[in-house]
Amino acid sequence: MRIFLEQMLNGLTIGSFYALIALGYSMVYGVMKLINFAHGDLFALGSYLGFTLLVWGNAYVTSHVGLAGGMIAAMLIAAIGIGIAGIIIERIAYRPIYSVGRLPAVVSALGVSIFLENIIMVIWGPRYQAYPVSVVPTLRFEIGGIHVTLLQIVILILSFVLLAVLYYIIQKTTFGAAIRASALDRDTAALMGINIETIIFFIFALGPALGGTAGVMVGMYYRQISFTMGWNYGLKAFTATILGGIGNIPGAMLGGLLLGVFEMLGSAYISTAYKDVFVFLILILVLIFRPRGLLGEKVAEKV
Amino acid sequence: MTTLLKVEDLKIYYGSIEALKGISLTVDEGEIVTVLGANGAGKSTLLRAISGLLPIRSGKIKLNDQELNNVKAFKIVMEGISHVPEGRKVFGTLTVEENLNLGAYTRRKDIKSVEESKERVFNLFPILKSRRNQLAGTLSGGEQQMLAMGRGLMSTPRILLLDEPSLGLAPLLVRQIFQIIREINDQGISILLVEQNARKALSIAHRGYVLETGNISISGLASDLKSNQKVQEAYLGGAAFKKKNRV
Repeated sequence: MRIFLEQMLNGLTIGSFYALIALGYSMVYGVMKLINFAHGDLFALGSYLGFTLLVWGNAYVTSHVGLAGGMIAAMLIAAIGIGIAGIIIERIAYRPIYSVGRLPAVVSALGVSIFLENIIMVIWGPRYQAYPVSVVPTLRFEIGGIHVTLLQIVILILSFVLLAVLYYIIQKTTFGAAIRASALDRDTAALMGINIETIIFFIFALGPALGGTAGVMVGMYYRQISFTMGWNYGLKAFTATILGGIGNIPGAMLGGLLLGVFEMLGSAYISTAYKDVFVFLILILVLIFRPRGLLGEKVAEKV
Repeated sequence: MTTLLKVEDLKIYYGSIEALKGISLTVDEGEIVTVLGANGAGKSTLLRAISGLLPIRSGKIKLNDQELNNVKAFKIVMEGISHVPEGRKVFGTLTVEENLNLGAYTRRKDIKSVEESKERVFNLFPILKSRRNQLAGTLSGGEQQMLAMGRGLMSTPRILLLDEPSLGLAPLLVRQIFQIIREINDQGISILLVEQNARKALSIAHRGYVLETGNISISGLASDLKSNQKVQEAYLGGAAFKKKNRV
Protein backbone atom coordinates (compact mmCIF):
# COMPACT_ATOMS: atom_id res chain seq x y z
CA MET A 1 0.00 0.00 0.00
CA ARG A 2 2.80 2.38 0.90
CA ILE A 3 4.56 1.66 -2.37
CA PHE A 4 1.30 2.09 -4.23
CA LEU A 5 0.62 5.51 -2.75
CA GLU A 6 4.18 6.67 -3.29
CA GLN A 7 4.07 5.55 -6.89
CA MET A 8 0.70 7.23 -7.35
CA LEU A 9 2.23 10.46 -6.11
CA ASN A 10 5.24 10.05 -8.40
CA GLY A 11 2.90 9.21 -11.24
CA LEU A 12 0.79 12.31 -10.70
CA THR A 13 3.96 14.41 -10.60
CA ILE A 14 5.29 13.25 -13.95
CA GLY A 15 1.70 13.07 -15.18
CA SER A 16 1.36 16.78 -14.55
CA PHE A 17 4.46 17.35 -16.72
CA TYR A 18 2.84 15.35 -19.50
CA ALA A 19 -0.44 17.19 -19.02
CA LEU A 20 1.20 20.62 -19.28
CA ILE A 21 3.05 19.61 -22.44
CA ALA A 22 0.03 17.80 -23.89
CA LEU A 23 -2.03 20.99 -23.73
CA GLY A 24 0.25 22.60 -26.28
CA TYR A 25 -0.20 19.73 -28.74
CA SER A 26 -3.92 19.67 -28.20
CA MET A 27 -4.59 23.40 -28.51
CA VAL A 28 -2.54 23.71 -31.68
CA TYR A 29 -4.07 20.60 -33.20
CA GLY A 30 -7.57 21.74 -32.26
CA VAL A 31 -7.35 25.05 -34.08
CA MET A 32 -4.74 24.38 -36.79
CA LYS A 33 -5.19 20.62 -37.35
CA LEU A 34 -1.40 20.56 -37.15
CA ILE A 35 0.67 18.25 -34.97
CA ASN A 36 3.37 20.58 -33.77
CA PHE A 37 6.28 18.15 -33.54
CA ALA A 38 8.53 21.00 -32.47
CA HIS A 39 6.58 21.28 -29.23
CA GLY A 40 8.66 18.70 -27.35
CA ASP A 41 11.83 20.57 -28.24
CA LEU A 42 10.32 23.85 -27.12
CA PHE A 43 9.78 22.13 -23.80
CA ALA A 44 13.46 21.09 -23.77
CA LEU A 45 14.49 24.63 -24.68
CA GLY A 46 12.47 25.84 -21.70
CA SER A 47 14.31 23.42 -19.48
CA TYR A 48 17.68 24.73 -20.69
CA LEU A 49 16.57 28.34 -20.41
CA GLY A 50 15.60 27.71 -16.78
CA PHE A 51 18.91 25.95 -16.23
CA THR A 52 20.93 28.92 -17.48
CA LEU A 53 18.86 31.39 -15.51
CA LEU A 54 19.35 29.44 -12.30
CA VAL A 55 23.06 28.92 -12.90
CA TRP A 56 23.56 32.64 -13.52
CA GLY A 57 21.27 33.66 -10.72
CA ASN A 58 22.49 30.99 -8.35
CA ALA A 59 24.16 33.33 -5.87
CA TYR A 60 21.38 35.87 -6.09
CA VAL A 61 18.72 33.23 -5.53
CA THR A 62 20.37 31.76 -2.44
CA SER A 63 21.17 35.14 -0.91
CA HIS A 64 18.15 37.24 -1.84
CA VAL A 65 14.95 35.83 -3.29
CA GLY A 66 15.04 32.37 -1.77
CA LEU A 67 14.32 29.04 -3.42
CA ALA A 68 10.66 29.75 -4.08
CA GLY A 69 11.43 33.10 -5.65
CA GLY A 70 14.14 31.64 -7.86
CA MET A 71 11.88 28.82 -8.97
CA ILE A 72 8.98 31.10 -9.82
CA ALA A 73 11.27 33.56 -11.62
CA ALA A 74 12.89 30.77 -13.68
CA MET A 75 9.51 29.34 -14.65
CA LEU A 76 8.06 32.72 -15.50
CA ILE A 77 10.99 33.79 -17.66
CA ALA A 78 11.13 30.39 -19.36
CA ALA A 79 7.39 30.58 -20.00
CA ILE A 80 7.68 34.02 -21.58
CA GLY A 81 10.77 33.10 -23.59
CA ILE A 82 9.32 29.88 -24.93
CA GLY A 83 5.98 31.58 -25.62
CA ILE A 84 7.80 34.09 -27.82
CA ALA A 85 9.72 31.24 -29.47
CA GLY A 86 6.40 29.55 -30.22
CA ILE A 87 5.05 32.65 -31.94
CA ILE A 88 8.24 33.12 -33.97
CA ILE A 89 8.19 29.49 -35.12
CA GLU A 90 4.58 29.81 -36.23
CA ARG A 91 5.41 32.94 -38.24
CA ILE A 92 8.53 31.54 -39.88
CA ALA A 93 7.93 27.84 -40.29
CA TYR A 94 4.15 27.29 -40.49
CA ARG A 95 2.33 30.40 -41.61
CA PRO A 96 3.94 30.68 -45.07
CA ILE A 97 2.86 27.14 -45.99
CA TYR A 98 -0.67 26.78 -44.53
CA SER A 99 -2.13 27.37 -47.96
CA VAL A 100 -0.29 24.36 -49.44
CA GLY A 101 -2.08 21.89 -47.19
CA ARG A 102 -1.65 20.22 -43.85
CA LEU A 103 1.11 17.73 -44.55
CA PRO A 104 3.83 20.25 -45.50
CA ALA A 105 3.30 22.02 -42.16
CA VAL A 106 3.79 18.73 -40.31
CA VAL A 107 7.03 18.11 -42.20
CA SER A 108 8.08 21.66 -41.40
CA ALA A 109 7.32 20.99 -37.72
CA LEU A 110 9.61 17.95 -37.82
CA GLY A 111 12.29 20.15 -39.36
CA VAL A 112 11.90 22.73 -36.61
CA SER A 113 12.15 19.93 -34.06
CA ILE A 114 15.50 18.77 -35.43
CA PHE A 115 16.67 22.36 -35.72
CA LEU A 116 15.84 23.17 -32.09
CA GLU A 117 17.41 19.96 -30.81
CA ASN A 118 20.65 20.84 -32.58
CA ILE A 119 20.55 24.46 -31.49
CA ILE A 120 20.33 23.27 -27.89
CA MET A 121 23.27 20.94 -28.48
CA VAL A 122 25.35 23.72 -30.03
CA ILE A 123 24.62 26.20 -27.24
CA TRP A 124 24.71 23.92 -24.20
CA GLY A 125 26.75 21.02 -25.46
CA PRO A 126 25.96 17.36 -26.06
CA ARG A 127 26.61 16.27 -22.51
CA TYR A 128 24.09 16.11 -19.67
CA GLN A 129 23.68 19.31 -17.70
CA ALA A 130 22.57 19.41 -14.09
CA TYR A 131 20.44 22.01 -12.33
CA PRO A 132 22.49 23.39 -9.41
CA VAL A 133 21.60 21.68 -6.12
CA SER A 134 21.52 24.96 -4.26
CA VAL A 135 18.48 26.27 -6.14
CA VAL A 136 16.28 23.21 -5.74
CA PRO A 137 14.36 22.62 -2.51
CA THR A 138 15.57 19.35 -1.02
CA LEU A 139 13.33 19.09 2.01
CA ARG A 140 11.67 15.70 2.35
CA PHE A 141 9.25 14.42 4.90
CA GLU A 142 6.93 11.56 5.71
CA ILE A 143 3.17 11.67 5.74
CA GLY A 144 1.70 8.44 7.16
CA GLY A 145 4.80 6.52 6.16
CA ILE A 146 4.85 7.89 2.63
CA HIS A 147 7.97 9.70 1.50
CA VAL A 148 7.18 13.05 0.00
CA THR A 149 9.50 15.81 -1.15
CA LEU A 150 8.68 19.46 -0.82
CA LEU A 151 9.54 19.93 -4.49
CA GLN A 152 6.98 17.34 -5.45
CA ILE A 153 4.27 19.14 -3.52
CA VAL A 154 5.23 22.49 -5.03
CA ILE A 155 5.26 21.05 -8.55
CA LEU A 156 1.88 19.38 -8.06
CA ILE A 157 0.27 22.51 -6.67
CA LEU A 158 1.73 24.75 -9.38
CA SER A 159 0.71 22.42 -12.19
CA PHE A 160 -2.79 22.02 -10.89
CA VAL A 161 -3.15 25.78 -10.55
CA LEU A 162 -1.95 26.22 -14.15
CA LEU A 163 -4.26 23.46 -15.39
CA ALA A 164 -7.19 24.97 -13.49
CA VAL A 165 -6.55 28.44 -14.89
CA LEU A 166 -6.28 27.12 -18.42
CA TYR A 167 -9.38 24.98 -17.97
CA TYR A 168 -11.25 28.06 -16.80
CA ILE A 169 -10.11 30.18 -19.74
CA ILE A 170 -10.91 27.56 -22.37
CA GLN A 171 -14.13 26.13 -20.97
CA LYS A 172 -15.73 29.00 -19.08
CA THR A 173 -14.95 32.28 -20.80
CA THR A 174 -16.33 33.64 -24.05
CA PHE A 175 -12.78 33.97 -25.37
CA GLY A 176 -12.32 30.25 -24.64
CA ALA A 177 -15.57 29.52 -26.45
CA ALA A 178 -14.16 31.52 -29.39
CA ILE A 179 -11.09 29.25 -29.42
CA ARG A 180 -13.25 26.14 -29.40
CA ALA A 181 -15.51 27.63 -32.08
CA SER A 182 -12.50 28.44 -34.28
CA ALA A 183 -11.40 24.82 -33.92
CA LEU A 184 -14.81 23.63 -35.13
CA ASP A 185 -15.50 25.99 -38.01
CA ARG A 186 -13.27 28.89 -38.92
CA ASP A 187 -15.58 30.58 -41.42
CA THR A 188 -18.54 30.65 -39.07
CA ALA A 189 -16.25 31.83 -36.27
CA ALA A 190 -15.25 34.74 -38.49
CA LEU A 191 -18.94 35.57 -39.00
CA MET A 192 -19.14 35.98 -35.21
CA GLY A 193 -16.39 38.60 -35.39
CA ILE A 194 -13.67 36.27 -34.11
CA ASN A 195 -10.25 37.18 -35.49
CA ILE A 196 -8.49 33.90 -36.19
CA GLU A 197 -5.10 35.66 -36.08
CA THR A 198 -5.66 36.51 -32.42
CA ILE A 199 -6.62 32.93 -31.67
CA ILE A 200 -3.56 31.53 -33.46
CA PHE A 201 -1.30 34.01 -31.65
CA PHE A 202 -2.79 32.96 -28.33
CA ILE A 203 -2.46 29.20 -28.79
CA PHE A 204 1.08 29.42 -30.18
CA ALA A 205 2.11 31.59 -27.25
CA LEU A 206 0.30 29.81 -24.46
CA GLY A 207 0.93 26.19 -25.47
CA PRO A 208 4.73 26.61 -25.64
CA ALA A 209 4.67 28.78 -22.48
CA LEU A 210 3.11 25.91 -20.55
CA GLY A 211 5.61 23.51 -22.13
CA GLY A 212 8.51 25.77 -21.14
CA THR A 213 7.24 25.89 -17.56
CA ALA A 214 7.05 22.11 -17.52
CA GLY A 215 10.64 22.10 -18.81
CA VAL A 216 11.85 23.98 -15.74
CA MET A 217 9.82 21.68 -13.49
CA VAL A 218 11.36 18.60 -15.06
CA GLY A 219 14.83 20.11 -14.72
CA MET A 220 14.28 20.72 -11.04
CA TYR A 221 12.65 17.36 -10.42
CA TYR A 222 15.24 15.15 -12.11
CA ARG A 223 17.99 17.80 -12.03
CA GLN A 224 19.61 16.21 -15.05
CA ILE A 225 18.71 17.43 -18.53
CA SER A 226 19.87 16.51 -22.01
CA PHE A 227 19.37 18.01 -25.43
CA THR A 228 17.41 14.97 -26.60
CA MET A 229 14.88 15.12 -23.76
CA GLY A 230 12.34 16.95 -25.92
CA TRP A 231 11.79 13.94 -28.13
CA ASN A 232 11.03 11.55 -25.30
CA TYR A 233 8.75 13.89 -23.35
CA GLY A 234 7.18 15.18 -26.49
CA LEU A 235 6.26 11.71 -27.66
CA LYS A 236 4.80 10.79 -24.28
CA ALA A 237 2.84 14.01 -24.01
CA PHE A 238 1.60 13.41 -27.55
CA THR A 239 0.47 9.95 -26.44
CA ALA A 240 -1.34 11.63 -23.54
CA THR A 241 -3.05 13.93 -26.03
CA ILE A 242 -4.26 10.96 -28.08
CA LEU A 243 -5.32 9.14 -24.92
CA GLY A 244 -7.47 12.07 -23.77
CA GLY A 245 -8.79 12.89 -27.23
CA ILE A 246 -6.79 15.22 -29.45
CA GLY A 247 -8.11 18.76 -29.60
CA ASN A 248 -9.91 18.30 -26.29
CA ILE A 249 -8.43 20.41 -23.48
CA PRO A 250 -9.78 18.54 -20.43
CA GLY A 251 -8.84 15.35 -22.31
CA ALA A 252 -5.20 16.42 -22.59
CA MET A 253 -5.06 17.09 -18.85
CA LEU A 254 -6.68 13.77 -17.96
CA GLY A 255 -4.57 11.88 -20.51
CA GLY A 256 -1.35 13.34 -19.11
CA LEU A 257 -2.14 12.50 -15.51
CA LEU A 258 -3.34 8.98 -16.35
CA LEU A 259 -0.27 8.29 -18.45
CA GLY A 260 2.06 9.38 -15.65
CA VAL A 261 0.29 7.11 -13.19
CA PHE A 262 0.34 4.13 -15.59
CA GLU A 263 4.00 4.63 -16.23
CA MET A 264 4.91 4.75 -12.55
CA LEU A 265 2.68 1.88 -11.47
CA GLY A 266 3.96 -0.19 -14.38
CA SER A 267 7.56 0.41 -13.45
CA ALA A 268 6.88 -0.25 -9.75
CA TYR A 269 4.97 -3.51 -10.16
CA ILE A 270 6.28 -4.96 -13.39
CA SER A 271 9.63 -3.57 -14.43
CA THR A 272 11.25 -0.17 -14.77
CA ALA A 273 12.95 -1.40 -17.91
CA TYR A 274 9.54 -1.53 -19.60
CA LYS A 275 8.18 1.82 -18.49
CA ASP A 276 8.27 3.30 -21.97
CA VAL A 277 6.69 0.14 -23.31
CA PHE A 278 3.61 0.70 -21.12
CA VAL A 279 3.23 4.18 -22.45
CA PHE A 280 3.36 3.20 -26.09
CA LEU A 281 1.28 0.10 -25.48
CA ILE A 282 -1.42 2.47 -24.27
CA LEU A 283 -0.99 4.55 -27.40
CA ILE A 284 -1.45 1.47 -29.59
CA LEU A 285 -4.45 0.22 -27.60
CA VAL A 286 -6.17 3.61 -27.72
CA LEU A 287 -5.57 3.89 -31.45
CA ILE A 288 -7.06 0.44 -32.02
CA PHE A 289 -10.03 0.52 -29.65
CA ARG A 290 -10.91 4.16 -29.11
CA PRO A 291 -9.15 6.32 -31.67
CA ARG A 292 -11.07 9.44 -30.67
CA GLY A 293 -9.63 9.16 -27.13
CA LEU A 294 -11.26 9.08 -23.70
CA LEU A 295 -13.03 12.45 -23.85
CA GLY A 296 -13.03 12.90 -27.62
CA GLU A 297 -16.76 12.41 -27.79
CA LYS A 298 -18.12 13.36 -31.16
CA VAL A 299 -21.47 15.10 -31.15
CA ALA A 300 -23.35 14.32 -34.31
CA GLU A 301 -24.33 17.42 -36.22
CA LYS A 302 -27.91 17.31 -37.34
CA VAL A 303 -28.95 18.99 -40.52
CA MET B 1 -36.63 54.85 -48.02
CA THR B 2 -32.85 54.96 -47.79
CA THR B 3 -30.69 52.27 -49.24
CA LEU B 4 -28.90 50.24 -46.58
CA LEU B 5 -27.02 47.59 -48.52
CA LYS B 6 -25.91 48.08 -52.09
CA VAL B 7 -24.23 45.51 -54.32
CA GLU B 8 -22.89 46.87 -57.62
CA ASP B 9 -21.80 44.74 -60.55
CA LEU B 10 -20.34 42.08 -58.27
CA LYS B 11 -18.12 39.39 -59.82
CA ILE B 12 -16.91 36.40 -57.85
CA TYR B 13 -14.67 33.61 -59.11
CA TYR B 14 -13.85 30.19 -57.74
CA GLY B 15 -10.50 29.66 -59.40
CA SER B 16 -11.26 30.29 -63.05
CA ILE B 17 -14.96 29.57 -62.71
CA GLU B 18 -17.19 32.61 -62.66
CA ALA B 19 -19.78 32.14 -59.90
CA LEU B 20 -21.31 35.61 -59.95
CA LYS B 21 -21.20 37.36 -63.31
CA GLY B 22 -21.71 40.97 -62.29
CA ILE B 23 -24.85 41.27 -60.22
CA SER B 24 -26.38 44.36 -58.63
CA LEU B 25 -29.00 44.59 -55.92
CA THR B 26 -30.10 46.80 -53.07
CA VAL B 27 -31.74 46.34 -49.69
CA ASP B 28 -33.50 49.35 -48.20
CA GLU B 29 -33.76 50.23 -44.55
CA GLY B 30 -36.47 48.04 -42.97
CA GLU B 31 -36.98 45.89 -46.05
CA ILE B 32 -37.17 42.14 -46.56
CA VAL B 33 -35.52 41.26 -49.86
CA THR B 34 -35.38 37.71 -51.11
CA VAL B 35 -33.03 36.12 -53.61
CA LEU B 36 -34.50 33.06 -55.29
CA GLY B 37 -32.74 30.53 -57.42
CA ALA B 38 -31.93 26.89 -57.96
CA ASN B 39 -29.02 24.98 -56.45
CA GLY B 40 -25.75 26.36 -57.73
CA ALA B 41 -27.20 29.63 -58.96
CA GLY B 42 -24.82 31.55 -56.70
CA LYS B 43 -27.12 32.51 -53.83
CA SER B 44 -24.82 31.43 -51.01
CA THR B 45 -21.86 32.84 -52.91
CA LEU B 46 -23.55 36.23 -52.86
CA LEU B 47 -24.04 36.14 -49.08
CA ARG B 48 -20.53 34.84 -48.44
CA ALA B 49 -19.11 37.64 -50.55
CA ILE B 50 -21.08 40.26 -48.63
CA SER B 51 -19.73 38.81 -45.37
CA GLY B 52 -16.16 38.98 -46.59
CA LEU B 53 -15.66 35.20 -46.71
CA LEU B 54 -14.95 35.25 -50.45
CA PRO B 55 -12.55 37.50 -52.35
CA ILE B 56 -14.22 39.96 -54.68
CA ARG B 57 -12.95 40.04 -58.28
CA SER B 58 -14.68 43.27 -59.24
CA GLY B 59 -17.68 45.34 -58.29
CA LYS B 60 -18.63 46.95 -55.00
CA ILE B 61 -20.42 46.12 -51.79
CA LYS B 62 -21.55 49.09 -49.74
CA LEU B 63 -23.35 49.51 -46.45
CA ASN B 64 -24.71 53.04 -46.11
CA ASP B 65 -22.29 54.22 -48.79
CA GLN B 66 -19.36 52.80 -46.88
CA GLU B 67 -17.39 50.40 -49.04
CA LEU B 68 -16.92 46.94 -47.55
CA ASN B 69 -14.83 45.34 -50.32
CA ASN B 70 -11.61 45.18 -48.35
CA VAL B 71 -13.08 44.79 -44.88
CA LYS B 72 -12.07 41.44 -43.40
CA ALA B 73 -14.78 38.90 -42.57
CA PHE B 74 -14.37 39.21 -38.80
CA LYS B 75 -14.87 42.98 -39.00
CA ILE B 76 -18.01 42.86 -41.13
CA VAL B 77 -20.21 41.94 -38.17
CA MET B 78 -19.10 45.12 -36.37
CA GLU B 79 -20.39 47.13 -39.32
CA GLY B 80 -23.89 45.82 -38.62
CA ILE B 81 -24.17 42.85 -40.99
CA SER B 82 -24.96 39.47 -39.47
CA HIS B 83 -24.86 36.31 -41.57
CA VAL B 84 -26.78 33.16 -40.62
CA PRO B 85 -25.08 30.57 -42.82
CA GLU B 86 -26.60 27.75 -44.81
CA GLY B 87 -26.97 24.54 -42.81
CA ARG B 88 -27.18 26.46 -39.49
CA LYS B 89 -23.48 25.95 -38.69
CA VAL B 90 -24.08 26.08 -34.96
CA PHE B 91 -21.03 25.14 -32.89
CA GLY B 92 -22.09 21.60 -32.00
CA THR B 93 -19.84 20.91 -29.03
CA LEU B 94 -20.60 24.28 -27.42
CA THR B 95 -23.68 24.91 -25.34
CA VAL B 96 -26.64 26.90 -26.63
CA GLU B 97 -25.68 29.77 -24.36
CA GLU B 98 -22.04 29.74 -25.50
CA ASN B 99 -23.24 29.86 -29.10
CA LEU B 100 -25.35 32.91 -28.27
CA ASN B 101 -22.49 34.57 -26.40
CA LEU B 102 -20.28 34.16 -29.44
CA GLY B 103 -22.91 35.97 -31.50
CA ALA B 104 -22.10 39.00 -29.33
CA TYR B 105 -18.36 38.25 -29.29
CA THR B 106 -17.28 41.70 -30.49
CA ARG B 107 -18.84 43.38 -27.45
CA ARG B 108 -18.25 40.56 -24.97
CA LYS B 109 -16.83 42.98 -22.40
CA ASP B 110 -20.17 44.73 -22.15
CA ILE B 111 -21.83 41.99 -20.11
CA LYS B 112 -24.98 43.94 -19.40
CA SER B 113 -25.88 44.60 -23.03
CA VAL B 114 -25.01 40.98 -23.96
CA GLU B 115 -27.47 39.77 -21.32
CA GLU B 116 -30.10 42.16 -22.68
CA SER B 117 -29.64 40.84 -26.21
CA LYS B 118 -29.84 37.31 -24.88
CA GLU B 119 -33.15 38.07 -23.18
CA ARG B 120 -34.50 39.48 -26.44
CA VAL B 121 -33.44 36.31 -28.26
CA PHE B 122 -35.03 34.15 -25.56
CA ASN B 123 -38.28 36.10 -25.98
CA LEU B 124 -38.20 35.40 -29.70
CA PHE B 125 -37.18 31.74 -29.26
CA PRO B 126 -38.37 30.56 -25.82
CA ILE B 127 -37.19 27.00 -26.54
CA LEU B 128 -33.57 28.22 -26.50
CA LYS B 129 -33.94 29.44 -22.93
CA SER B 130 -34.98 26.01 -21.67
CA ARG B 131 -32.09 24.44 -23.57
CA ARG B 132 -29.45 27.02 -22.78
CA ASN B 133 -27.05 24.56 -21.10
CA GLN B 134 -27.50 21.83 -23.69
CA LEU B 135 -24.89 21.18 -26.38
CA ALA B 136 -25.99 22.78 -29.64
CA GLY B 137 -25.27 19.55 -31.55
CA THR B 138 -27.99 17.74 -29.60
CA LEU B 139 -30.74 20.12 -30.74
CA SER B 140 -33.23 19.21 -33.46
CA GLY B 141 -32.86 20.78 -36.90
CA GLY B 142 -35.52 23.38 -36.21
CA GLU B 143 -34.01 24.30 -32.87
CA GLN B 144 -30.59 24.61 -34.47
CA GLN B 145 -32.06 27.01 -37.04
CA MET B 146 -33.55 29.04 -34.22
CA LEU B 147 -30.21 29.05 -32.44
CA ALA B 148 -28.39 30.11 -35.60
CA MET B 149 -30.83 32.98 -36.09
CA GLY B 150 -30.72 33.92 -32.41
CA ARG B 151 -26.93 33.89 -32.54
CA GLY B 152 -27.07 36.13 -35.60
CA LEU B 153 -29.29 38.60 -33.73
CA MET B 154 -26.93 38.76 -30.74
CA SER B 155 -24.71 41.21 -32.59
CA THR B 156 -27.68 43.63 -32.85
CA PRO B 157 -27.30 43.86 -36.63
CA ARG B 158 -28.87 46.39 -38.96
CA ILE B 159 -29.24 43.74 -41.63
CA LEU B 160 -29.55 39.99 -41.26
CA LEU B 161 -28.42 37.70 -44.10
CA LEU B 162 -30.38 34.46 -43.96
CA ASP B 163 -29.21 31.54 -46.08
CA GLU B 164 -31.90 28.89 -46.61
CA PRO B 165 -33.48 29.05 -43.17
CA SER B 166 -36.18 26.56 -44.17
CA LEU B 167 -33.76 23.91 -45.46
CA GLY B 168 -34.72 20.43 -44.25
CA LEU B 169 -37.42 21.59 -41.86
CA ALA B 170 -40.95 20.20 -41.46
CA PRO B 171 -43.72 22.43 -42.93
CA LEU B 172 -44.99 23.47 -39.52
CA LEU B 173 -41.52 24.62 -38.48
CA VAL B 174 -41.03 26.41 -41.79
CA ARG B 175 -44.17 28.43 -41.12
CA GLN B 176 -42.93 29.27 -37.64
CA ILE B 177 -39.47 30.33 -38.88
CA PHE B 178 -40.97 32.62 -41.50
CA GLN B 179 -43.31 34.10 -38.92
CA ILE B 180 -40.28 34.91 -36.77
CA ILE B 181 -38.40 36.42 -39.71
CA ARG B 182 -41.30 38.82 -40.10
CA GLU B 183 -41.19 39.62 -36.37
CA ILE B 184 -37.47 40.34 -36.59
CA ASN B 185 -38.14 42.64 -39.51
CA ASP B 186 -40.89 44.40 -37.51
CA GLN B 187 -38.19 45.34 -35.01
CA GLY B 188 -36.53 47.38 -37.75
CA ILE B 189 -33.89 44.92 -38.92
CA SER B 190 -33.53 44.64 -42.69
CA ILE B 191 -33.36 41.14 -44.10
CA LEU B 192 -31.70 39.64 -47.15
CA LEU B 193 -33.25 36.20 -47.48
CA VAL B 194 -31.87 33.51 -49.76
CA GLU B 195 -34.37 30.73 -50.28
CA GLN B 196 -35.32 27.77 -52.41
CA ASN B 197 -38.80 27.80 -50.93
CA ALA B 198 -39.90 30.59 -53.26
CA ARG B 199 -43.55 30.57 -52.31
CA LYS B 200 -42.79 31.14 -48.63
CA ALA B 201 -40.07 33.67 -49.31
CA LEU B 202 -42.26 35.76 -51.60
CA SER B 203 -45.08 35.68 -49.06
CA ILE B 204 -43.04 37.69 -46.55
CA ALA B 205 -40.65 39.65 -48.79
CA HIS B 206 -41.17 43.16 -50.07
CA ARG B 207 -39.01 42.69 -53.13
CA GLY B 208 -37.19 39.84 -54.79
CA TYR B 209 -34.48 38.90 -57.26
CA VAL B 210 -34.16 35.71 -59.25
CA LEU B 211 -30.61 34.46 -59.63
CA GLU B 212 -29.81 32.10 -62.51
CA THR B 213 -26.28 30.73 -63.01
CA GLY B 214 -24.61 33.84 -61.70
CA ASN B 215 -26.90 36.44 -63.27
CA ILE B 216 -29.98 38.21 -62.02
CA SER B 217 -32.67 37.32 -64.55
CA ILE B 218 -35.77 38.86 -62.99
CA SER B 219 -36.33 41.37 -60.22
CA GLY B 220 -39.22 43.33 -58.83
CA LEU B 221 -41.82 43.60 -56.09
CA ALA B 222 -42.67 40.31 -54.42
CA SER B 223 -46.27 40.55 -55.59
CA ASP B 224 -45.11 41.05 -59.20
CA LEU B 225 -42.74 38.09 -58.98
CA LYS B 226 -45.52 35.89 -57.66
CA SER B 227 -47.60 36.57 -60.74
CA ASN B 228 -44.67 36.44 -63.17
CA GLN B 229 -45.17 33.48 -65.46
CA LYS B 230 -41.50 32.52 -65.60
CA VAL B 231 -41.18 32.60 -61.82
CA GLN B 232 -44.33 30.54 -61.49
CA GLU B 233 -43.07 27.89 -63.87
CA ALA B 234 -39.56 27.62 -62.54
CA TYR B 235 -39.92 28.25 -58.82
CA LEU B 236 -43.54 28.03 -57.75
CA GLY B 237 -44.41 24.66 -59.27
CA GLY B 238 -46.44 26.30 -62.03
CA ALA B 239 -47.85 25.01 -65.30
CA ALA B 240 -44.97 22.83 -66.40
CA PHE B 241 -44.81 21.14 -63.04
CA LYS B 242 -48.53 20.50 -62.97
CA LYS B 243 -48.53 19.03 -66.44
CA LYS B 244 -45.82 16.60 -65.51
CA ASN B 245 -47.71 15.54 -62.42
CA ARG B 246 -50.86 14.82 -64.35
CA VAL B 247 -49.23 12.08 -66.40
